[in-house]
Amino acid sequence: MSRQDVLVDADWVEAHLDDPKVVIVEVDEDTSAYDKGHIRGAVKLDWKKDLQDPVRRDFVDKAGFERLMSERGIANDDTVVLYGGNNNWFAAYAYWYFKLYGHQNVKLLDGGRKKWELDSRELTQEVPTRPRTNYVAKDPDLSIRAFRDEVVNAIGKLNLVDVRSPDEFSGKLLAPAHLPQESAQRPGHVPTAKNIPWSKAANDDGTFKSDDELRRLYSEAGVDFSKDTIAYCRIGERSAHTWFVLHEILGLPNVKNYDGSWTEYGSLVGVPIEVGSGS
Amino acid sequence: MCGALTGDLTAATDAGNQAIIQGVVTRGGAPVQGYVRLLNADGEFVAEVPTSATGAFRFYAASGRWILRVLAPGGVTQDREVEANVGSVSRVDIELSAA
Repeated sequence: MSRQDVLVDADWVEAHLDDPKVVIVEVDEDTSAYDKGHIRGAVKLDWKKDLQDPVRRDFVDKAGFERLMSERGIANDDTVVLYGGNNNWFAAYAYWYFKLYGHQNVKLLDGGRKKWELDSRELTQEVPTRPRTNYVAKDPDLSIRAFRDEVVNAIGKLNLVDVRSPDEFSGKLLAPAHLPQESAQRPGHVPTAKNIPWSKAANDDGTFKSDDELRRLYSEAGVDFSKDTIAYCRIGERSAHTWFVLHEILGLPNVKNYDGSWTEYGSLVGVPIEVGSGS
Repeated sequence: MCGALTGDLTAATDAGNQAIIQGVVTRGGAPVQGYVRLLNADGEFVAEVPTSATGAFRFYAASGRWILRVLAPGGVTQDREVEANVGSVSRVDIELSAA
């Protein structure tokens, strides 16, 4: 994988708005943004309602993903272009999810919804109708998903990248500062994790920094590219953004996103936690 | 979580045990549809929200000094410093210079 395979810019999207094999998908946690206006032809995915199991804390399963794709009119051979708010956090999460269930052609719109808006490009309230498909997903690819025991076992051995803000990493805040402060039972971070906030990988307008800047960012912060890496944040969406940078843009082979992230780890009984700015 | 407030900021927001920073972004008195970033005192990114239909934004921070950075269409950016305190609402209204 490299940047050209996984990212498209707004001009590319505008040129493919009427391409029947390209499906634009807006992904957000708060889908009122889509309802107020979205890229013409874009279908919406609700991060919580569509992608999460309604009862257990987990994804929708394979059958659920197949149902969702079929309903939205997305076919296995379509090129899916994802974008969303929050600097593409949830779009990156959905990207990771599409890859987990084996979708071949999926890309992110660089800069997401924010850059599109700041460029004053066209948004519409018209909701498209796409004919139903018969989508077939693959079994989940667990080589890109980390679970809690792997994180504990990775302490001091693998690269652990905590992509939350420095104040969440040190334990001063439990959640991003635009949310009420409620989250895990304990603040802090996984010992030996490097704090490399997701935002350092993006420019102010939400686009990703250059390959050289990205490589320098992670290597200077102590990520050893010869080792496997696990990225985490609070609920796994910002770390999907960093997983996208490391695995998809920079092409590192063994990178997992820990979607349980701090809301799980910081509530586990007995696991090691470190507070402060890190060693 | 995308964070656009759905209505106006009410004068009676109860901060509880939160350190709230909120305000309205306008240009020529009209609400601005854009984004507000919260940076820590070192200038590191902390959070970002889109402004609401009335130009309003709100952050839940911690006590201390913060920087607000407005991003508006047309490549306009503007920074403002703010002091937040747990249990109170710091109100910061930002008027952008006319385009």
